[in-house]
Amino acid sequence: MRPLDALAKVCGDVRPGESAEGVLGVEPSLVAAPGSVAEAAEVMRVAAELDLAVVPRGAETRLDWGTPPRRCDLLVDTHRLDALVEHASGDLVAKAQAGLPMDRLAEALADRGQRLALDVPLPGSTVGGTVATGAAGPLRTLFGTPRDLVIGLTVVRADGQIARSGGKVVKNVAGYDLGRLFCGSYGTLGLIVEVTFRLHPVPAARAWVTCSVGDPGEAHEAVQSVLHSPVAPSALEYLSPGTVAVLLEGVPEGVAARAGQLTTLLGDTAQVTDTAPDGWGVYPDGTTLIDVTAPPTALPHLLAATAQPEVAVSWNASGHGHVGLPSGMAPAEVAAVLGSLRDTLAAHKGRAVVQYAPEDVRGEVDFWGPVPALALMRRVKDQFDPDHRLSPGRFVGGI
Amino acid sequence: MEAELQALASRLGALLGSDQVITDPVRLRTYDCDGLTNHRATPGVVVLPDSAEQVAAIVRACADAGVPYVARGSGTGLSGGALPRADGVLIVTSRMRRILEIDVANQRAVVEPGVINLDVTRAARPHGYYFAPDPSSQQICSVGGNVAENSGGAHCLKYGFTAHHVLACEVVTPDGELVELSAGDPGYDLLGVFVGAEGTLGVTTKITVRLTRVPETVQTLLAAFASIEAGGTAVSAIIGAGVVPAAIEMMDALSIEAAEAAVRCGYPPGAGAVLIVELDGPEAEVAAQFAEVERLCRDAGAFEIRIAADDAERALIWTGRKSAFAAVGRISPAYLVQDGVIPRTALPQVLARIDALSAESGVRVANVFHAGDGNLHPLVLFDDAEPGAAERAEDVSGAILDLCIEHGGSITGEHGVGVDKARYMPRMFSEADLDTMQMVRCGFDPAGLCNPGKVFPTPRLCGEVPGVRKGPHPFAGKADIF
Ligand SMILES: Cc1cc2nc3c(=O)[nH]c(=O)nc-3n(C[C@H](O)[C@H](O)[C@H](O)COP(=O)(O)OP(=O)(O)OC[C@H]3O[C@@H](n4cnc5c(N)ncnc54)[C@H](O)[C@@H]3O)c2cc1C
Repeated sequence: MRPLDALAKVCGDVRPGESAEGVLGVEPSLVAAPGSVAEAAEVMRVAAELDLAVVPRGAETRLDWGTPPRRCDLLVDTHRLDALVEHASGDLVAKAQAGLPMDRLAEALADRGQRLALDVPLPGSTVGGTVATGAAGPLRTLFGTPRDLVIGLTVVRADGQIARSGGKVVKNVAGYDLGRLFCGSYGTLGLIVEVTFRLHPVPAARAWVTCSVGDPGEAHEAVQSVLHSPVAPSALEYLSPGTVAVLLEGVPEGVAARAGQLTTLLGDTAQVTDTAPDGWGVYPDGTTLIDVTAPPTALPHLLAATAQPEVAVSWNASGHGHVGLPSGMAPAEVAAVLGSLRDTLAAHKGRAVVQYAPEDVRGEVDFWGPVPALALMRRVKDQFDPDHRLSPGRFVGGI
Repeated sequence: MEAELQALASRLGALLGSDQVITDPVRLRTYDCDGLTNHRATPGVVVLPDSAEQVAAIVRACADAGVPYVARGSGTGLSGGALPRADGVLIVTSRMRRILEIDVANQRAVVEPGVINLDVTRAARPHGYYFAPDPSSQQICSVGGNVAENSGGAHCLKYGFTAHHVLACEVVTPDGELVELSAGDPGYDLLGVFVGAEGTLGVTTKITVRLTRVPETVQTLLAAFASIEAGGTAVSAIIGAGVVPAAIEMMDALSIEAAEAAVRCGYPPGAGAVLIVELDGPEAEVAAQFAEVERLCRDAGAFEIRIAADDAERALIWTGRKSAFAAVGRISPAYLVQDGVIPRTALPQVLARIDALSAESGVRVANVFHAGDGNLHPLVLFDDAEPGAAERAEDVSGAILDLCIEHGGSITGEHGVGVDKARYMPRMFSEADLDTMQMVRCGFDPAGLCNPGKVFPTPRLCGEVPGVRKGPHPFAGKADIF
């Protein structure tokens, strides 16, 4: 039986791939869009039987991240898996299918005064894609990233088995936490089909306090003064060129009082606004995007190392940031900037990882840089995907 | 001692100082259990390494000899996670208690695994910081143990568990390599799965933890209700109003009675339940929300509310709650501490069912719980002098876990699975779920020598194990040790 027919027997939506659907240029032979968890499991089982390399696809907002797959026989598209399975508002918990867009999830939760405390830097992105890439935004200062908010996960393994970990209670230490393992795994360990999140109440009031900083030293000072103050910000960011921005959330009286404290702390240029400043919660402009790990004391060094014009930086007080390099930058120059970033950050236990880059740059740079526990990662990968059929080549060390 | 273990002991003696290897049977016996004292095994050998390199050398020696090993911090675990192996080595971290760095500018600290939880806070406090995970055992438990158990405390409702406060772990893997697992590094989040793996994926030798800014203010109240239901209504109202308290704890009449007998906490007489609610954070936030919490408690029928005016009064309010476990010793010769979780909204139904269980079986159950996150700690009371009483208590305790599972909860919120609850895992997870979790274990520890027999009821075969393993299969003989 042809693969298309074999898949069509178990899934209601299967068709040949189109050239426009290539994953970083690698065209899929087939596209399947399962409409239920059971159907997804069947699709994965058939793919295993036929030795098909599988790449999961959500809303394609980050499909061009990472390195191209070595093979892509089957795209598993999650758009039909878009249900909000449960919103237990009294328990501050929600379970969503992988293909549900984050903005639709947010709307549904907001109806009952709740939210998933994760920003969505790329509009349209899905629950599954967000978790698979470990994506977060400014709120990570207080709330962390998907690994900190996922409390239960359902995946379909490479062999088609459905497996769950965690559950629907926030406090739970029964068994290994596969939720954290799958966050940021880029589709290389299994297909994420359902995710249960812990939620937070939508705050009654919010305000941003911003100030201008003239150089890396001033940025460092401003950040340190907020960090060690008692105002408990939800987010603290540096945004190039030269803004330190703080998000305060809480009750109206509280937010007003804290904003007052911060303006005193941050000096003459401090401003309070009720809308986000430019560049808030989006990736910096550029055609090459680099994700950096840089603890607070590394910030001035990060800024000094990226002081070229047209290089954009955003940084979060959780010790993570992004650097955007302009489209005109020659591949050799991108490689040089990346190299010097890595050298600078290494002194602070920081890292620089390329998230996406134009085709001509891709061949010239090492996307990941040093990966300390790579041997262990390969062994985990070999257990989950012994035949290396899941997004092969998309991840660190060619995993 | 078996010849094989004897040979390993002398090899360890050569690797470490002679005072770092214990083989004397009397001294070995001090390590025969953790906080769960009904499971005991005298370890074959105990080692007291004082560096990561020594831990790595010990693990390599065990791997070469095919001998299982177990890490132990302070031995306060309540699920038998640090239960030693008679045919194995117990690696105790009590000589690894250095706080290596307090890095205020980056809000983190680097500590050795044997460092006591509260000592991290003591070291950070002068800088205005503390280590947020606050298990009730924080004066004695180790950070390494916290990492293994993903421990939490009363304040994890707002601040999260150990997993949210660990940035990196240096780990000796089961093949004796020293690697750093860091949340900031590219690749899989192996740190995320290592935390909470109950010491089955390797031994951590250095931990980088996040430090949290001491809140500007703390406000605590005690509210007394006629019944648990009324207390539960107050909890729902508080959460429903969008308040995220630092802690919400509840005690029922029986546990109040015990606490009163033990520490004279002076809780309002006649209370069917008391609720402790603590808010912390910026002053203006706390002031507004605290007034609301007080109002919601009154609306739910609180007949008395006490507000702590200062730290001393706050400590007094907490005394009863913190002494509750030990205090039931005053009203019962023996008791079991259970640890289960339910969705918070199921609290009234589940407590009613526990009441019914108690009435049917004649076994008394005192309820103490982290009400904000539905983590129940029923204390199942029995008289160990009475034949069959312990078994009846076990049955009730097990039935409570079934109730938790039935309501979509968990068999453990903080104490871990260990040896104690491995047999309940199949009630909560399918065979495929457990098999999938163990793929991680096979990746880390294909020979199954690192804390075997914990967490999972049946080990997964890991396929071809690279390298030749000598000695018996690590899981052979498990039955006669327990
Ligand atoms: C009175 C009392 C109250 C408690 N209250 C709470 C509470 O409120 N919340 C809570 O979560 N727990 C609580 N506990 C349980 C216990 O204190 C915690 O689980 C604690 O984290 C265990 O730390 P420990 O150092 O004693 O670890 P141990 O008991 O020595 O070991 C626990 C586990 O950790 C592993 N381990 C230890 N060190 C390492 C290491 N370096 N590397 C890898 N694995 C290691 C062991 O193998 C074992 O599996 C309480 C216990 C008691 C006795």
